[in-house]
Amino acid sequence: MTRSSRLIPLILFTALAAIPLLGLFIRDGYVLSLISRVMILAIAAIALDLILGFGALVSFGHAAFIGIGAYAMGIPASHGYDGFLTGLLAALAASALFALVTGALSLRTKGVYFIMITLAFGQMAFYTAASLRAYGGDDGLTVASRSLVMGGKLMKDDRVFYYVVLICLIGVYWLCRAIVASRFGRVLQGAKQNPQRMQAIGFNPYPYQLAAYVISGMIAGLSGFLLANLTEFVSPAYMSWQRSGELIVMVVMGGIGSLHGAIIGAAAFLLLEEWLSGFTEHWKVIFGPMLVLIVLFMKGGILGFIKRLTGDRNG
Amino acid sequence: MNTTLFLIQCLNGLQLGVLLFLVAAGLTLVFGVMDFINLAHGVQYMLGAYLAVTFTALTGNLFLALPLALLAAMILGLVLEVVVFRHLYDRDHLEQVLATFGIIMFLNQGVKIVWGAAPLSVPVPEIMQGSIALGQGVLYPVYRLAIIGSGLAVALALHLVINHTRVGMLIRAGSTNAPMVSALGVDIRRLFMIVFGFGAMLAGFAGIMIAPILSVEPGMGDQILILAFVVIVIGGIGSIRGAFIAAILIGLVDTLGRSFTVDILRSFGMGPSNARAVGPAISSMLIYVLMAAVLFFRPSGLFPAKGR
Repeated sequence: MTRSSRLIPLILFTALAAIPLLGLFIRDGYVLSLISRVMILAIAAIALDLILGFGALVSFGHAAFIGIGAYAMGIPASHGYDGFLTGLLAALAASALFALVTGALSLRTKGVYFIMITLAFGQMAFYTAASLRAYGGDDGLTVASRSLVMGGKLMKDDRVFYYVVLICLIGVYWLCRAIVASRFGRVLQGAKQNPQRMQAIGFNPYPYQLAAYVISGMIAGLSGFLLANLTEFVSPAYMSWQRSGELIVMVVMGGIGSLHGAIIGAAAFLLLEEWLSGFTEHWKVIFGPMLVLIVLFMKGGILGFIKRLTGDRNG
Repeated sequence: MNTTLFLIQCLNGLQLGVLLFLVAAGLTLVFGVMDFINLAHGVQYMLGAYLAVTFTALTGNLFLALPLALLAAMILGLVLEVVVFRHLYDRDHLEQVLATFGIIMFLNQGVKIVWGAAPLSVPVPEIMQGSIALGQGVLYPVYRLAIIGSGLAVALALHLVINHTRVGMLIRAGSTNAPMVSALGVDIRRLFMIVFGFGAMLAGFAGIMIAPILSVEPGMGDQILILAFVVIVIGGIGSIRGAFIAAILIGLVDTLGRSFTVDILRSFGMGPSNARAVGPAISSMLIYVLMAAVLFFRPSGLFPAKGR
């Protein structure tokens, strides 16, 4: 941990905590819901960064977990089980199960096969959700209300919900920091750098990678649970493969393998989308080439850029 | 389940398989020779369909439009290669995925600007309209048979080119060890361009052929791209033969699964309403389950290319 990698998250979280206080003066629900959305997708991006940045596992199907988390909140709620804890546990359990099964299969393969297989499993989840006619099918499922806390509509207040999301974000960030610094995390990073050598010194990377994949899937499931609460709507579109691609974009744009880079990337992506789509409905025509330029010329993403500016070479 | 319907669905499955092969062939060659994962390959298919719309409108006939659209599809592919992809060959796969994802965003939106967001269509050529009788009471559209025929012809031609010509030999050598081929004095950049232009043209061809029977719309390439990924993962990356067999397999399993899962569930005693609710979910998962099963036993596909 260098100075900047401790300082930047601190600044980030402080700023995020302060935003609703500004809202006391502007009273604008739009800003709150936009930033809540940023934080929710940041949680998913951190989940992806955990396996992508520290395990070199390029999952192109991570949006599936967001969708599974969202459906795990929406489907029980449509049957009347609309408690916060019920939804949360269902989301974590469902995404853990899906991660365990698909991860066990996908991790048997390497490199580009892994990319394509995770993509294919993501599509499988997408089409399955789209064919659930009892739960809205293609059109998605409207949730009656946000999850109830002890039977009360505590989270109905946008500001309360905002802080719930912020607490989740900080918790997830802290958890992933701890994982990365632990022995488990070191094995994961070792397997990224040199799998042969890891095996030679007596570690089989597979169970470590699978465990990391399941943890990452559960965190993304949490983000899906929160997303369903934010929008009070669940749709197969949450797990379309473009969403998975956008998650990778967020991680790389912010700065891969740093965890807080994922938060910056999610913010940069969503705010850029919001800003560009203010000019033209065809914002993707601008964003697409921008992405190509970022890949070709901006090594290390936004964090790398900040590092070069501040001359912090070792972080 | 009656035989007529089964036969017709088999032909439909074959037709989907042939199309998948045309897209997957380019994808697997480009990956095999250049170690380049090109997500934007599905966009080439979409561009082929849109070019068919434009050139059919200009010339009034799909047959005249075909060579023009093929040429244009190849030129567009080569432009992309020179402007963007060429700079990505020695980058890692993650960066290739991202940059080609950017290209998809750009082109999917770009066709909306040029051709509009509404679905377009191309008329079936006059002499191929109508159906033909295949035995007792089995009618099948002539145009779909033409797709199957031309796809199989392309597959055969590709087989001959790859296995019996000098360029084919270089492609096979390149997919085994590209640096060595380069060291032996072959202009590897030119070989890459040939392979790339060729792959783009094949995907474009698939798009042109399908334009009269599907609606031509933005994003139509994305779905086929993912199916093509499933195909080359099952077939083994870099193998044309594997791509062909896997494409036909996937085409048949997907089509037959969609038509008969509900019936099969009902024949196992499930109630009609339950079967109708569960059937579509199961049939849309079938090909992925198949892929998982293949990978479980053969992690690098059915026909892994040698040297990889």
